[in-house]
Amino acid sequence: MADLSASRASAVASHVAAAPKVAVADLGALPPRTRFVFRGREAAITAAGPAFGVALPREACRFAEAGDRRVLWLGPDEWLLTAPEGAGAAIVADLAAALAGLPHSLVDVSHRSLGIAVSGAMAARVINNGCPLDLGLEAFPVGMATRTVFGKAEIVLVRTAEMRFEIDVWRSFADYVWRFLEEARREFA
Amino acid sequence: MSGGFRLAAGGRIDRSRPLRFTFDGRSFRGFAGDTLASALIAEGVHLVGRSFKYHRPRGIVSAGADEPNALVGVGADEAHYTPNLRATQVELHDGLVAESQNRWPSLSFDVGAVNDLAAPLLPAGFYYKTFMWPQRAWTSFYEPKIRAAAGLGRAPGAADADRYTQHFAHCEVLVIGSGPAGLAAALAAAETGVRVILCDEQPEFGGSLLAEREAVIDGLPAADWAAAAVAELETRDNVTLLTRTTAFGYFPHNLIGLAERVTDHLGVRDPRLPRERLWQVRAAEVVIAAGAIERPIVFPENDRPGVMLADAARTYSNRYAAKPGERAVVFTAGDAGYRAALDLAAAGVTIAAIADLRPAATGALPARARAAGIDVRTATTVTGTRGRLRVSQAHLAAIKPDGSVGAAEAVPCDLVLMAGGATPSVHLFSQSRGKLGWNEALKAYVPESSVERERSAGACRGVYELGAVLADGYDKGSAAAKAAGATTAAASRSFAAKALDAGSDGFIGAAPHGRNPAFAKAFVDWQNDVTAKDIKLATREGFRSIEHIKRYTTTGMATDQGKTSNMNALGIVSDALKTPVTAIGLTTFRMPYTPTTFGIFAGHSRGALFDPVRTTPIHGWAAEQGAAFEDVSLWKRAHYFPHAGEDMHAAVARECLAVRRSVGIFDASTLGKIEVVGPDAAEFMNRMYTNAWAKLGVGRLRYGVMLREDGFVTDDGVVGRLAEDRFHVTTTTGGAPRVLQMMEDYLQTEWPDLDVWLTSTTEQWAVIAVQGPNARKVLEPLVEGIDLSPAALPHMSAATGTICGVPTRLFRVSFTGELGFEVNVPADLGRVVWEAIFAAGAPYGITPYGTETMHVLRAEKGYIIVGQETDGTATPDDVGLGWAVGKAKKDFVGKRSLARASMSAPGRKQLVGLLTQDPQVVLEEGAQIVADPAAPVPMPMVGHVTSSYASAVVGRSIALAMVKGGRARIGETLYVPMPGGTIPVTVTEPVFYDPKGERLDG
Repeated sequence: MADLSASRASAVASHVAAAPKVAVADLGALPPRTRFVFRGREAAITAAGPAFGVALPREACRFAEAGDRRVLWLGPDEWLLTAPEGAGAAIVADLAAALAGLPHSLVDVSHRSLGIAVSGAMAARVINNGCPLDLGLEAFPVGMATRTVFGKAEIVLVRTAEMRFEIDVWRSFADYVWRFLEEARREFA
Repeated sequence: MSGGFRLAAGGRIDRSRPLRFTFDGRSFRGFAGDTLASALIAEGVHLVGRSFKYHRPRGIVSAGADEPNALVGVGADEAHYTPNLRATQVELHDGLVAESQNRWPSLSFDVGAVNDLAAPLLPAGFYYKTFMWPQRAWTSFYEPKIRAAAGLGRAPGAADADRYTQHFAHCEVLVIGSGPAGLAAALAAAETGVRVILCDEQPEFGGSLLAEREAVIDGLPAADWAAAAVAELETRDNVTLLTRTTAFGYFPHNLIGLAERVTDHLGVRDPRLPRERLWQVRAAEVVIAAGAIERPIVFPENDRPGVMLADAARTYSNRYAAKPGERAVVFTAGDAGYRAALDLAAAGVTIAAIADLRPAATGALPARARAAGIDVRTATTVTGTRGRLRVSQAHLAAIKPDGSVGAAEAVPCDLVLMAGGATPSVHLFSQSRGKLGWNEALKAYVPESSVERERSAGACRGVYELGAVLADGYDKGSAAAKAAGATTAAASRSFAAKALDAGSDGFIGAAPHGRNPAFAKAFVDWQNDVTAKDIKLATREGFRSIEHIKRYTTTGMATDQGKTSNMNALGIVSDALKTPVTAIGLTTFRMPYTPTTFGIFAGHSRGALFDPVRTTPIHGWAAEQGAAFEDVSLWKRAHYFPHAGEDMHAAVARECLAVRRSVGIFDASTLGKIEVVGPDAAEFMNRMYTNAWAKLGVGRLRYGVMLREDGFVTDDGVVGRLAEDRFHVTTTTGGAPRVLQMMEDYLQTEWPDLDVWLTSTTEQWAVIAVQGPNARKVLEPLVEGIDLSPAALPHMSAATGTICGVPTRLFRVSFTGELGFEVNVPADLGRVVWEAIFAAGAPYGITPYGTETMHVLRAEKGYIIVGQETDGTATPDDVGLGWAVGKAKKDFVGKRSLARASMSAPGRKQLVGLLTQDPQVVLEEGAQIVADPAAPVPMPMVGHVTSSYASAVVGRSIALAMVKGGRARIGETLYVPMPGGTIPVTVTEPVFYDPKGERLDG
């Protein structure tokens, strides 16, 4: 039987193919990543950082990175761990070893959501068409990550650079979010 | 007429850019920078509409948002048509198409004008008094007729072709209005470095400064100073400048709604741009610099075309180089009328006379008017006008010391200007719930105390003198920035202003005229055709509160919300009741400040963006197969897969038989999934579900029932124990968010001590159900590391391994009553695995089936659907799930409620089956059931049909129902009364197929 495990289909593939190039508000699908939701008690939270390779940020709505791994603070006891595709098995093993006996939960959600990058001088402006947050650099600095809404969809919004945001959105809402972003950036095309 | 009223020089129009437009089909010319109103005035056109009730000819009254008369429909076609736009705010562009409203057959000859002759029959509240009998005629005759006759404008006949966008913005200081106060405020706030948004409803910043002829600020003509101030603001990165942007609503917590008109002023529109953009601005501090509106004066026949506000006439002349007439009579209650007279005289308008209501006029402006040789008459009123489609005479009469009015003198004129004094624009302040206070000296309500973080500056708080306005604006802008946390202070700038001050004298109420009040139509509210007589009638009929008078007479209730009329109405009531204005009350100012399109509120939410359409990873495959879809919450689910020539009934019958006889494949990806993980996971499950979980072995599945605290079934689903500390919970499709929220709520508020956590995995997994006697044969060649044999994987058990190389959680579970499996694979791989299974099933005729077939199959087995068999008042026992309640359990959500006597009382509705006596008859879901069809109406009802289908495998119709004491009625005959006749039914067990469950093992 053929091995189909490398035949991933992105929920926004057709949009990506048709997307125009807009320098001031560019849209792109991010490569698939491994994602885990980590939740737990204090001892596990402390121990999880070294095991994953990135200390879990304790400041609300911030993310931390080391190498190609990233941890997003999503709640007082909830983090989203992300790593390149294929790292899942190792992460499960590493954390299981480090957290043995420490109450926690680690759940693979790699396919639950996908990433969209919005970049360019008008990136914040485009996102503000559907997101009510203050995206000024002071209120939403580089390094910030938060759950929020975009139109009628829930997203996780991450600022990776002054003019670059990443949106993490559940698979079935991705079509809506992409279409909305296209509509919002149309005036900058 | 060919531009005969365009001044040869001056104004802010761009004479190098001539434009053509049409009004009521006639072609006219104007210039860039004109409004529709200014261009019409320059062409000598004042008659632009007919009034609402009496169809009287009406002209342009104002030059701005306060316009009550000049409402026009604009748009070259129905898809771009907007009714009821104020011509004074419609920017001219080449090719603009406008039409007048409320007239037939034409503007100059309108049949509806007979209403004017019938005016004695149409007093205030006439429809309350006239159309009372017979009562039934109200809905069938009076109301439709009145509605047809009453509307203003017409709705466009085609869908709106334009796009609208919405934008959220934040700033430290929002300045609303860009007259002298607003510009100064913006300059001050901008200097501190905080984020500033300055908005103005006009196409150009500057407000009243754009209409000044003589005023000088810092050595520059006022308009040039404004341009310099804007240029300075433009250089700052921290300032956002928005012209053509109306602040229409002040919402709680300093959320301000701005309507930006992006493309209406463009002859050729850029398709990338939206027509309008909604700005929802959250401002730390707001400076309201909304200016003031000039009050008209209430005198008989003050509504003829050619009667307009003095300041508006000045604006047309100074700003638009459009001369509003040749010979003007100015009726004033303060010095503002003199300023207008002097400006118009400078433009070549003959000032026939200035009638001043005051006994004396001693200021600098009256002195200049007298020096210019203008006939100034103090203690003088206007008692009426003449002229059919344009004013031709004004009747001036002296007011004697005893208050009586002397004989009138007819003064020929084509223009009558009204200067009743300034009314501060407190609309936004009032919307912010700020408290207004009456200022007797100004005869005006002004902001008194704030609720939101805002402050008013300039004329909107009764400060009128230019130097004082600039200082006030700068002060307020500086204070706002500081309050918003600015770390640097604004420089202390001062402005040297030189302007003629018109003071603050004014008049409210109705001017004396000495005529028989029964025959004098002195208009208070032009748009709703309310006269001073109507308001006095209301007071005679016993109305005291302005809120009641407003609704009875409709004054102030038109689209202009009484911008020009409210204060005069108050004055008239005050005079009639001999009561101070402050004792009469003030009507509430409501959003929007000016009418706002529906499109801007809909914004992006049209078409594909109306709501998210959630689709599964397998959706594309189903669409390619020609599946019909149904909406289940936001999801699109394949409903059935029709072959050519099949209707739903035929397709479903075929799909059902395929599952029963061989194998079917079904996309169950929308099922809610929650991963419950932690050392206390089993304990948590024990508390949330009625079932007992502690003894559920790893690798086993169990059907779980969840209750609300009131003991009623709220959700169900199959739960797999993947490890000692890990459960894979499924929920109904629609219940997924609700169940997760309820679980999280209990965890956080009731049991924070439990070491267990919840993660939604609904979208992590695609779920492929393979059901039917051949299901195992289809899957067996595809899986690795999983033994599908009945011994290794019995019904209700789970295994992990791979399928086609893809990691899977494979469940042996059935919602059809057949041998069945549910293959969970990571979502992005759902479709390729589905296609692989489908290909492997070809030798068995594997048949894709949709939700309708799924419903029929489970109904044949008597499996309930939460939300279909249950309605929020069903206990587990009611729906035959008593077996799922762990009787020995110490506690679970809803347990105590189940112990209430009523929850086990006889006569509760219970799940049963129904078989119609005629097997071809399919009952209607929701139909009521009675025991005695001969009982008098209303018949006592004993239950209702919850599910009903034609079953191919049973060979007849089947139905599930909730019937009072149903289990004890099995074998009885009941009746379903329907419009086409009563249908007798037999009560049965709710399982119609394979009651012993032998087919689960294939």
